[in-house]
Amino acid sequence: MPAQERKIQAPQPNPETQAFWKAAEGGKLMIGKCTACGAVHYYPRAICPFCFSDKTELQQASGNGTIYTYSVMRRAPIPYAIAYVSLSEGPTMMTNIVDCDLDKIRIGQAVRLVFKPSDGGPPVPMFTPA
Amino acid sequence: MSIKNKAYIVGIFEHPTRKAEDKSLAQLHAESAKGALEDAGLSKSDIDGYFCAGDAPGLGPLSMADYMGLKLRHMDSTDTGGSSYLIHVGHAAEAIALGKCTIALITLAGKPRSEGQATGTAARTTQNTPEAPFENPYGPATANMYAMCAMRHMHQYGTTSEQLAWIKVAASHHAQHNPRAMLRDVVTVEDVVNSPMIADPLHRLDCCVISDGGGAIIVASPEVAKSLKRPKVKIIGAGEAPKHQMGGQVDLTYSGAVWSGPPAFAEAGVKPRDIKYASIYDSFTITVLMQIEDLGFCEKGQGGRFVSDGNLISGTGKLPFNTDGGGLCNNHPANRGGLTKVVEAVRQLRGEAHPAVQVKNCDLALAHGTGGSLGTRHGAATVIMERE
Repeated sequence: MPAQERKIQAPQPNPETQAFWKAAEGGKLMIGKCTACGAVHYYPRAICPFCFSDKTELQQASGNGTIYTYSVMRRAPIPYAIAYVSLSEGPTMMTNIVDCDLDKIRIGQAVRLVFKPSDGGPPVPMFTPA
Repeated sequence: MSIKNKAYIVGIFEHPTRKAEDKSLAQLHAESAKGALEDAGLSKSDIDGYFCAGDAPGLGPLSMADYMGLKLRHMDSTDTGGSSYLIHVGHAAEAIALGKCTIALITLAGKPRSEGQATGTAARTTQNTPEAPFENPYGPATANMYAMCAMRHMHQYGTTSEQLAWIKVAASHHAQHNPRAMLRDVVTVEDVVNSPMIADPLHRLDCCVISDGGGAIIVASPEVAKSLKRPKVKIIGAGEAPKHQMGGQVDLTYSGAVWSGPPAFAEAGVKPRDIKYASIYDSFTITVLMQIEDLGFCEKGQGGRFVSDGNLISGTGKLPFNTDGGGLCNNHPANRGGLTKVVEAVRQLRGEAHPAVQVKNCDLALAHGTGGSLGTRHGAATVIMERE
């Protein structure tokens, strides 16, 4: 089944996430990095969800990952594949798998980052088979 | 300090409606409360504690306390979606043990069916949560979130669609005896796997029904329970925990039951093998399978084998579950199935389940719920009850 374009709900940046979405406009996917404990996290936040330090910053992800799990929503006007992708840096993020045959998606498949326009907001990070 | 033996479930009510176009939401809450009071043999003025969740109209318990004319000295509006009411039972027992109230009322009601909600397939749109911008663009609905758990479980443990289908088959065997159940036809494994795909790998018959309805529970002190004429159902253990994405260390193969179950069993002083009947939240077949594993009824990853061949059917299986037909066949009021899970467990302990599904000598039962979404964040709650 060929993937079609679906209207993508616009993310609404807030003071905490503005830098993330600014980077997205430049084609970069950022993850959270804590300089106190060294752990990376997703979605990025001001307070580290592991050690609770406020010494967090954004770090650019390579954009490479593998599919942890997915599901094709068949009962939708335009079927789409939702997924969790495990980034090579560690964190696993919710996303869509796009620009591919939805029936050929598999767990463990290597994927790479692409950005897709949202409906009136910043572009959104998604993945396509590598 | 423990809640064991400190509180009893003295009143239960499941609202008979499955489609309530002619009733208001507050009315459904109040009618459910009235039904539970009549079941207990108590009156409204006896209530001094009230528990409700996000399905109640208004700010926490305030509008419903006003509508019903309650005079209270304890209130709690903990909301973890469909598992809220199981948490309420535990919290009510705590409050009663501490003397903060004596007779606690818990209510639930909702009208998603008559409001035409596409409960399982409509993408979430709430914007005011921290995760919203990192999830909503991807179209997370209810069905595809649970589907991702099923897909991973299949990948990791070899679970099959046919094994998941057995859960629906068992529920349908029970529902045929419930005249109020929305789906009363007995179905086969083939019926389930041949029903239309909703979100891979979950079929239409892997999903629960969408229904209007409601229910209520009354929890009371041992002194009150002793004074009433109903069979006595004692709360002997409770546990609760949230599970979430853990900063990106996502693992969808298990549920929060791994954390809510053990403290409940420890408090009760019983083991999973001692349980005679279990109400297990059944928003989808996969929900049941994961919770059964996580509560310790079988080894992790063996859930598919455990639920197969009618092992959940009362009278033939080792773990009779959801003998009212559950969310999969009976009802799922307000898209929240936790309260009715307690109701059917109490019926079993009282010996008041339908004779065709009543578990013999049912003296120990468990009710467990998952509220929110198994694929992102959910609240798990376990309650263990004993007939005295």
